This record gives sequence, structure tokens and C-alpha cells, in this order.
Amino acid sequence: MATLAQRVRGGERRAAARLMRLLDDGVSAGFDALRELYPDTGRARIVGVTGSPGSGKSTLVDQLVRVWRDRGLTVGVVAIDPTSPFSGGAILGDRIRMRQHEADDGVFVRSLATRGNLGGLSRSTRDVVAVMDAMGMDRIVIETVGVGQDEVDIVGTAHTSLVVLVPGMGDDIQAIKAGILEIADIFVLNKADHEGVDRAEREIRAMIELGGDLDGWKPPIVRTIASSGEGVLNLADAVDDHLRWLDETGRFEDRVRRARVHHVRQALRDRFERRLDRAITEQTGIAGLIDAAASGEQDPYSVADAVLAELSVG
Amino acid sequence: MQEQARIRILVGKPGLDGHDRGAKVVARALRDAGFEIIYTGLHQTAESIVSAAIEEDVDAIGLSILSGAHMTYFPKIRKLLQERGADDIIVFGGGIIPEDDLQALEQEGIARLFTPGTTTEEIIAWVRDNVRPKSAA
Repeated sequence: MATLAQRVRGGERRAAARLMRLLDDGVSAGFDALRELYPDTGRARIVGVTGSPGSGKSTLVDQLVRVWRDRGLTVGVVAIDPTSPFSGGAILGDRIRMRQHEADDGVFVRSLATRGNLGGLSRSTRDVVAVMDAMGMDRIVIETVGVGQDEVDIVGTAHTSLVVLVPGMGDDIQAIKAGILEIADIFVLNKADHEGVDRAEREIRAMIELGGDLDGWKPPIVRTIASSGEGVLNLADAVDDHLRWLDETGRFEDRVRRARVHHVRQALRDRFERRLDRAITEQTGIAGLIDAAASGEQDPYSVADAVLAELSVG
Repeated sequence: MQEQARIRILVGKPGLDGHDRGAKVVARALRDAGFEIIYTGLHQTAESIVSAAIEEDVDAIGLSILSGAHMTYFPKIRKLLQERGADDIIVFGGGIIPEDDLQALEQEGIARLFTPGTTTEEIIAWVRDNVRPKSAA
């Protein structure tokens, strides 16, 4: 019987979907399979899409996928929506806007919930991207949650990051100042038929000038109307330009290295957190230390140091 | 390693009727019960629902059909799932369905059909009793 990894390699969509599930749910069999598939990864070009809710990210991704399919590329999409902090449940609705690709075997769309992770991605995003990469997808798009100011994790994962803005954003300009500027390899000014588009472009341009081109790449501003598809060909070209620039300047390797380091750190954090959870329930010594903090008998810092010492012994 | 399995359910509406209020109410109630809901919206074909269910690796598909086309869509979706080796995905649903049809559909392998007047609590309780995350197997 073929292993899960072999079935993914053989192009079985159901196996790939199951592997993504195991990884999202933190099941160790999933990591075993991914270890086996890891040599098959590293070929895909990864594009991140971030921007405020309602800026049209999903529709834009849908249109980009169409252009890439027309150009003969296979595409994976990872769409992330927030988990409710109250119930732990989530409604994942990005597929509604990506339905034209449902019958197309060259496209694989997966929805993920944040499950309490901050930074705009789920803990499992990089793992799911790796599966799509191993499946042989040429392009993988990651659509972040889009809450605004903390979408920084995309930088550590994508090769090219798009920041989607719309005219009349007001507060969004604050978000740009607060750090979105550093994320963007390309600015997308979507809903470009709306009032205030010239002003919005001027504001973004002023901000780019202010930021300077530290890296030798000046982020272009591409106007689109995702609902009609206008400007999306230009956007696809801008993505290609950026990927080519990364290749030609040797920066592609830098980004790949950076992504790998992020991946290791994420895996470490997950493992540490799980080990800690297990230790708290299973090791009475650690539970006792935490009780001492709970009762106010000891300060949280001393307890944290003591727990850490316990963990490195165990 | 400690697992964090969540039940994943696709909620969708096949066919032509445009009344998605029921589907949305159920989707929200299931989210509030702690499940992950892939909401695919109105006017789905049986094929698109099955493709999405497979890509999303859902544990169950919940369909809302108010158009009277239940005798077409429910069996068709079951058949497509079987063809694609995915008939372990539980299919349930709701709508205005006559008694005779209810029995016929349950014989076709539709796990449960809810008729008007059902509370969201009943649906949640049924999901908790009958649906398990596949990753936890």
C-alpha cells in the first residue's frame, strides 16, 4: 500500500487534502509524511496577498489565478480566515469568490482558520504551502486574514507580497505607516473606479518615496478593478517582474533562506508549546510551580524560569 | 504530539433557489458551537460541492435545499462522493422535504435531514454525536 507521501506525489488530491488536515490538526503522522515530501519542495513561487477586510483580496486572487491558468501555470491557494476567540469555530468563506476554478484540476484551494495564531496566518500555513509545493503547483497564493496591522508573517513566507488598498481608505494610511509599507513588494490599488483613486495613489507614492528603496526595488502601484478583471494582467506582469528581479539580483535565495528560518522557528514554537501543555498536565512538579504563581506565593518570572529549567531536564 | 483536531463541515446550497438565510443561520450556529465551516454560498452544482469538500477535507457536508430539488441533489452528491472514493464524508441537510422523500433519501445514505421547525441546538447536538474529525482516527 502506498504511503500518504507517495499518494501526494502521485497527484492524488484526496491524499493531499488529508495531509493538509493532519498538519493543520498537528497530528504527528502528517509531519512524518511532510518530512518524506520535503525534498520535493522549493520549486513553487509563493505570492502573499494582504489588505484590509473588504479590499477585494479574494476576488483579486480569483482573477490572478485565472490569468496564471491562461498562462499555463498550476496554482495553489491558501485562504485564511479568523477563528472566533469565543467559540474556537470559524466561517471560512473565501471560496465563494473563487468558484470559477472549482472544476479545474490545475487549481487547489484550501481554507484555513487562524486558530488563535497572530500575524495573519495560521500555524499550519507554511506546512500546507509545502504540500502544494510538493504537489507541483507552480504558483501558490496565500491570502492573509486581513485584519490590518499585524500581517507581518507573510513576509517570512512569501517570495512576493502584495498589499491591497482601496480609495478612500482613511485609517488604512495609518496602517501603512505602522508597517504595511515594509511588507509590500507591490501595492495594488483595487476598486480603482471609485472616487479618490488619484489621491490614494499620491498618498501611497509619497509613502514609498519616504521609505526610500533600501533594497533596490521600488514597489510599483498597480491599479485594478478586480470585479471586472481590469488591470489584473498588469498585476500578473508586475508579480513576474518582481520574481525576475529576485532571481537576477540573487535575492531569491535570501528570501528562500529567510522563509526556511521562519519555518524552523514556527515548528519550534509549536513543539515547545505542545510540550509545555503536556508537561503542565502530566508533570506534577510543573503543575505545582504554576499553582505557586496562581496563589500569588511566587512571582511569574521566577516560576517561568523554574518551569524552563524543569523542561530542559525532562 | 498533542492534537488539535476540529470538525470541518461544508455548508452550501445547490441549485437555483436563492434563499440562503437558513444556510447562513446554520453556518453561524455551527461556528458558535466551535466547528470550522466552509461556506460555499448559493447556486452550487453537485460537482462543485464535491470538489470543494474533497479539497477542504471536510468531515461532513450540510446542504440546504428549499427548491424541491432534494430528490435530485442529495443522491447526486452521494453518487459523486462514491465515485471519487470520498463516501466517508457524511451528508446531511435541511429543507422542506415530504415524509416519503425523507425515507427514500435516508435509504440513499443521507445521514440526517432536518425539516422546518428544527432548532439549531438540535443540529449541533446531532453533529456532536455523529461527526468526528477524520484526523483524529
